[in-house]
Amino acid sequence: MGKIIRFLPLIVFIALGVVLYRGLFLKPQELPSALVGKPVPEFTLTGLKDGDRTLTSVGQKGDIKLLNVWATWCPSCRYEHPYLLDLAKSDQFKLYGLNYKDERDLAIKWLEDLADPYQYSIFDPNGRLGLDLGVYAAPETFVIDHNGIIRKRFAGPIDGKVWQKEFAPLIKTISQERARGE
Amino acid sequence: MLAKLASLFLVLAFGVVSQVSAMPSQTVSFDDPVTEKRYQSLIKELRCPKCQNQNLADSNSQIAVDLRNEVYAMLKQGKADMEITQYMVERYGEFVLYRPKISGLTYVLWFGPAVILLIGVIIVVVVARKKSATKKELALSDEQQQRLSKILEEKE
Repeated sequence: MGKIIRFLPLIVFIALGVVLYRGLFLKPQELPSALVGKPVPEFTLTGLKDGDRTLTSVGQKGDIKLLNVWATWCPSCRYEHPYLLDLAKSDQFKLYGLNYKDERDLAIKWLEDLADPYQYSIFDPNGRLGLDLGVYAAPETFVIDHNGIIRKRFAGPIDGKVWQKEFAPLIKTISQERARGE
Repeated sequence: MLAKLASLFLVLAFGVVSQVSAMPSQTVSFDDPVTEKRYQSLIKELRCPKCQNQNLADSNSQIAVDLRNEVYAMLKQGKADMEITQYMVERYGEFVLYRPKISGLTYVLWFGPAVILLIGVIIVVVVARKKSATKKELALSDEQQQRLSKILEEKE
């Protein structure tokens, strides 16, 4: 007993050290979404390029979809844009945009200048759908499976490294589920 | 003297003004003071999801402004506090609550400090008891005490 007490400060110190050291590498910005496992919230919005078109869903059932939240006021969106153009070439999933709290003219010009990676973009000037999705900044990217269920939410820009780590395994899993007919 | 007083007054006045402008600039009006109180307490209890160590009341980030407006709109619609916090949790997760609900995930958060305090008290009690026990051992027995007195007397 006496010996243990003598070493207690050292034990506490090591335990605290381990906890604090791990704390250095935590990323509290990466919140788990409250919507993972739930369907995409209902909405009625217009298309960005096609203002007359009413949209109530993202893409079609049966497709694996990425929904990328973007805006022209968001510098990180510009950073990830070239990578999105790459992703748009994939045949495993379809990429859709949610233009978040932006101006239509500016957003259309952005897509004309930088090229448009999206099947289409949903125009959400007031951030209504953004709010229902729990979006708190741009860019954010949601993975929606073939049944229309949100499987992942990622806050921050996507690049090759992020894609390999965060998205590629999940896309593979969902593809397998779809092949099995789940 | 008068000029000095005036300049002091100016400094004070501007000091106050600059402090006011540092507050999130947004005006909300309520018909009754109770709803206003509820609004104030709700935006203090809800965390801003973007700027994570601020509540909605303190933050000026875009999302905090939006969420404040949302709270305001929901109060105007006559929603209950529970409904409003539930609405936020459904979208942003438990994280938005500065006072998280008691659940498996938050047991440590709620009861950790009490457990650590308990452990501390137990250690203090054990150590203190041990010390008093060793003190008793160190104390002179009656026989030794008598011998000591004898020796002291002889010296004198």
